[in-house]
Amino acid sequence: MQYRWSFVMMVLGTLVITAGELLGIWVLFARFGSLKGWTLPQVAFFYGGVNMAIAFGELLFRGFDQFSTMVRQGDFDRVLLRPRSTVLQIAGQELSLQHIGRFALGLAALLWAATRLGIVWTPAKAVLTMGGIAGGVCVFAGLFVLQATICFWTVESLELMNILTYGGAEAAQYPLSIYRPWLQRLFVWIVPLACISYLPSAAILARPGESAPLLSWVSPLAGVVFLAVCLRVWKLGVRRYCSTGS
Amino acid sequence: MNAYYSVMAARFRALLQYRAAAAAGFATQLFWGAMKVMVFQAFYRSSTAHQPMSLAQSITYIWLGQAMLAMLPWNVDREIAVMIRTGNVVYELLRPRDLYAIWFSRILAFRTAPTLLRAAPMFVVAMLLLGMQAPASVGSGFAYAASMLAAILLSAAITALISISLLWTISGDGISRIVPGLVTIFSGMIVPLPLFPAWAQTALNWSPFRGIADIPYRLYMGHIPPDQLPYMLAHQLGWTVALVLLGRWMLARGTRRLVVQGG
Amino acid sequence: MPQIVVENLTKTFRVSERASGTWGSVRGLVRRKRRIVRALDGISFSLEAGELVGYIGPNGAGKSTTVKVVSGILVPDSGRCEVSGRVPWKNRIAHVRGIGVVFGQRTQLWWDLPVIESFDLLRDIYGVPRASYEAVRDELIALLDLEPLLDTPVRQLSLGQRMRCDLAAALLHSPSIIFLDEPTIGLDAVSKLAVRQFVKRVNREQGVTVILTTHDMDDIEALCNRVIVLGDGHILSDGTLGDLRASVTTERRLIVDLDEDGVDLSGLGAELVSREGTRIELRFDPDLISAADLIGRITSRFPVRDLFVENMPIEEVIARLYAEQRR
Repeated sequence: MQYRWSFVMMVLGTLVITAGELLGIWVLFARFGSLKGWTLPQVAFFYGGVNMAIAFGELLFRGFDQFSTMVRQGDFDRVLLRPRSTVLQIAGQELSLQHIGRFALGLAALLWAATRLGIVWTPAKAVLTMGGIAGGVCVFAGLFVLQATICFWTVESLELMNILTYGGAEAAQYPLSIYRPWLQRLFVWIVPLACISYLPSAAILARPGESAPLLSWVSPLAGVVFLAVCLRVWKLGVRRYCSTGS
Repeated sequence: MNAYYSVMAARFRALLQYRAAAAAGFATQLFWGAMKVMVFQAFYRSSTAHQPMSLAQSITYIWLGQAMLAMLPWNVDREIAVMIRTGNVVYELLRPRDLYAIWFSRILAFRTAPTLLRAAPMFVVAMLLLGMQAPASVGSGFAYAASMLAAILLSAAITALISISLLWTISGDGISRIVPGLVTIFSGMIVPLPLFPAWAQTALNWSPFRGIADIPYRLYMGHIPPDQLPYMLAHQLGWTVALVLLGRWMLARGTRRLVVQGG
Repeated sequence: MPQIVVENLTKTFRVSERASGTWGSVRGLVRRKRRIVRALDGISFSLEAGELVGYIGPNGAGKSTTVKVVSGILVPDSGRCEVSGRVPWKNRIAHVRGIGVVFGQRTQLWWDLPVIESFDLLRDIYGVPRASYEAVRDELIALLDLEPLLDTPVRQLSLGQRMRCDLAAALLHSPSIIFLDEPTIGLDAVSKLAVRQFVKRVNREQGVTVILTTHDMDDIEALCNRVIVLGDGHILSDGTLGDLRASVTTERRLIVDLDEDGVDLSGLGAELVSREGTRIELRFDPDLISAADLIGRITSRFPVRDLFVENMPIEEVIARLYAEQRR
């Protein structure tokens, strides 16, 4: 009984937090009417996509959250001794189903936005949206792995990286064009959130002069590239761990 | 009385040592605040209508929130959570003291020490560089300080409640999961409460969470004039007393359950 | 007027069984199996002030449960309990002021604080007047040799050091009764000796009543003249160590170091327990053959280098007691 209850509460908890964010956006639009030309349904579209991406990323890769404890207690050795990929093992430790709440709410926001905006779902648009979200999952997954990788060098994982993961998700829920240039640059070149959320979404919302259609098709790949880079760094970390013996 | 003060002081000193975590938290909060400020700036520039709070006030509100972030009752007391999870909580009953009072003292330290470490540098940086304003007047400054003390008591009472709720859910998944979300919304941390629609203001003004952030911050800015302080304190302390009584009742039932059912 | 009276205590727990494996935990979401554990099944005993009692039994026998009931942090299903005229769980705060508890597995000290600060904090919590506190504290520090440890945070102490600090902490408020729950578990030999000497001294010099629950029979033999044996929630034996032995068996042991091995041991009137090279261990019944007679028989037959007579090891006594009780 208790486990079921606790699961329900966890989902409810993430739902409340996500709903709170949505409420905040709604309140601000109710008060100000528009955000530099963007409307509420448009922003909801961005919000939905990013939250689906990070929720799915959390669902799959939350196992890395506990990595610092794992290393400290020496449990990583056991992972190395098994003939399977270290990343898959650690990711597979935990399927954080509680994030389904955030995912569902993100999906709901996206669909609501799409109906309000009268978006006609062509196969091309569907693929682009899903590509953007998939790219986003790659980016967040990469960030979670990167955050854990730091444990190979320091004992504690870097809490500062939350700026890039949750901070990034928080930032990308609004169209990135509203931010100062330095933030935009951060999320284009360093953590390519812009590529996977902003550009494809902007293309679908068909805002003239905001993005080049071709670029928005290719940009989800930036997410995959980012993840590949993070996995490479992870492998470097593992090698260091093996050579220094923790 | 001395016993409870000593418990609080000991925990306070222990928590002050977590400087690395405070530094990381400080950096994270700087980023968060900067982001929120940018969002608000973009919104304000999109409308020419008159707003209940000016942009400058909103910016101050945001930075006050980031400075005081650690005192928000958004998590349970870690020590108590571990105690309950391992079953060691029953040994707390071996102390010849009122259990709620001991826990409240602990929680007071838990909510103040980390805040002190982060608030001081944040005030300095935000005021010098990031557009946070000074208190609207000397009176406002004092009102803010008094109200902040009440806010900490209120936050401790809420934290105590959700920590005590763990006695029923042990692994921590009960109201302790939902309260953080409610706190962020209704204290004004997501959007300053005055910016909520007019029809919501009455309900918002009655909620206990308002006393954690909204009331002290608006006193700081003079948005609520300092002469309103007695009413504001009554609001905060009234809710605090109510939540303390509720917490004591819950703890009594929880410990009763514990000593009858065994750890 | 006994200080501690326990009469017909019963306590039953419902323990939910968690199925193992992923499939088990999914099943656990739907249905939880509950097992009934009778931790206490009619426990009765009484202690006078100043007694030093050993409370022994295997895991799950109900030792910790009894200690929790008598300390007031567990309410029994039925039965009576009175400590110094009070019912422990009904007058909790007054009751716990007069007792001290040491748990071998966990500490009551604050993990991050230096030992001396934990002591001071306990002084405030127990409301010990400053004047008497300092005298008591300093004496405990001297007796347990804690001076070099005072400024060390508790988490940095070794198990032996921590135990000595916990002992001092339990006595800072001068309780009239202390419960020691497995105080020597995991300790090295030197620390064990220190703990035993300290407990004996405190009991003898200050008349502190001590209830010692332990698995370590050396603790019992060193400290307790009264032993209460617990098994499956029942009291199997309550009396001196001698009484306990006698109730199970009068059997004694004779260990002989012979000059040569491979000797024929038949017809001695004693049974061979073990044989290792030239050392043999025999068990005999003093009712059938006295120790003196047996020794005489052996020394007349073989050259003997050394011999000693022992009682049956207390562990075996208790094991036999359990076996009999199970039947």
